[in-house]
Amino acid sequence: MPKRNSTRRQFLGLAGGAAVLGAVPIVTMRPAEATPAELASAIRSVTGGAAVKTGKVKLDVPPLVENGNTVPLTVSVANPMAPEDHVRSIHVFNEKNPQPNIANFYLGPHSGRAQVSTRIRLADSQKIVAIARLSDGSFWSISTEVIVTLAACTEEVI
Amino acid sequence: MRFAGLIVLSVLLITDAVGAEIPPAERRSGASFMTPDTRAMQDDGTINPGMLWVLDGEKLWARKTGVADKACADCHNDPRTSMKGVAAHYPAFDKALGRPVDLEQRINLCRVNQQKATPLAYESRDMLALTAFVAQQSRGVAIETGSDPQLAPFIAKGRELFMQRQGQLNLGCTNCHDDNWDKRLAGSAITQGHPTGYPLYRLEWQSLGSLQRRLRACITGIRAQAYDFGAPELVELELYLMSRAKGMPLEAPAIRP
Amino acid sequence: MPSALINVPAKAKRGDVIEIKTLMSHIMETGFRHTATGEVIPRDIITSFTCRYNGNEIFRADLFPAIAANPFITFFTTATASGKFEFEWIGDNGFSETASASITVE
Repeated sequence: MPKRNSTRRQFLGLAGGAAVLGAVPIVTMRPAEATPAELASAIRSVTGGAAVKTGKVKLDVPPLVENGNTVPLTVSVANPMAPEDHVRSIHVFNEKNPQPNIANFYLGPHSGRAQVSTRIRLADSQKIVAIARLSDGSFWSISTEVIVTLAACTEEVI
Repeated sequence: MRFAGLIVLSVLLITDAVGAEIPPAERRSGASFMTPDTRAMQDDGTINPGMLWVLDGEKLWARKTGVADKACADCHNDPRTSMKGVAAHYPAFDKALGRPVDLEQRINLCRVNQQKATPLAYESRDMLALTAFVAQQSRGVAIETGSDPQLAPFIAKGRELFMQRQGQLNLGCTNCHDDNWDKRLAGSAITQGHPTGYPLYRLEWQSLGSLQRRLRACITGIRAQAYDFGAPELVELELYLMSRAKGMPLEAPAIRP
Repeated sequence: MPSALINVPAKAKRGDVIEIKTLMSHIMETGFRHTATGEVIPRDIITSFTCRYNGNEIFRADLFPAIAANPFITFFTTATASGKFEFEWIGDNGFSETASASITVE
């Protein structure tokens, strides 16, 4: 499906929801997409250019998403969460939404388990990246591909 | 993907058969068409976003309002007993008006006649909160809408509306929801269209919404002119749909994609 | 006043790792949508969520427009002492909401 169509229809879908609130009709315009360079730069602002190793982090997202407006996501890190060895923060990024950041989560040894769940928006099928920063200063990452299907019938302003 | 949808539609446009109703044993709730993640969201009250409206509704239930300065609680006391089963038999016949009313209209009748307060608009935050709260008291209760014989002519009218072809795409609800359920329209499963979970949190809306909102959206989707909120046609459709789902458990507040 | 849905176990044993679930009512307007006349609908999101346990910050999150409406966040903490969890959501246009929950730790 051409990218233009998919983002437009996604926004038509979002439009139906907000239109109920206000009287102003909402049109679709193709929003700017995060570029691979923006994603890399967002990641760099967290890592400061340090090496990022693959592993330790687990991303739990449904491979095929029912609706891109609300995608359940769980990120976890295999780690003892002890004072001398724990996860300090987890940062989640995406590839094709208008903006590369999704969320940053700040933990500590008292967290007991390095696991956070939330629900996110995905404008299109794309890659999600999660990066964990450990207490020893190291960075670990994982990325996963998600397929996003769109609602069949777009809702007009109602 | 668009083409697949168009092919399904063109088949529906060509055939002229009236929809055959789904045998009672084959009826499935919309929940059974969803992914496990979405079903889990619906089943767990601690993570179901519809519960945010239920919480709001709980507050509104106790709040005095209107010239009469009365709260729902003043007449209806504990909603867990007084409201249990109520949503499962709406729309219901209103003797004074001589026609069926849905839950929203019943709440407004109470507000205007008993509380002497202004009616709430469909899809307003307060109306959604109250209907979510009342409907949630019937979660798990088997739907028994339509048992009242006075409703028979209105159910027949609703059935007619469900069967009739309309709009630019010349489609009747039955063409998809009786004849082609479990097939797909673009990325989404076509369900049987049983309103077992209203008011529900629709992921597409990112908000809770009523059955009338969903019906209006569907009717717009087949490129027909949607009836206004509160129109008798919408109430008759709600009535027919709920009676068509008789015996199925209520799931409010449900989640749907 | 927006509702928050909080789930914290009422009781726990000292040292138990418990899960805390939170849901806050908020539209999370992305700032990427436009009206028919071409104007951008301004961003209106929750930007920060914090949880304090007996006064100490145990969890914090920065949220961006990619977080779905009615933000849902769950996380874990170690039950150390009886007391109170305090939750705070801060966002655009002066949005500020709090909620709390108690726990008995034996």
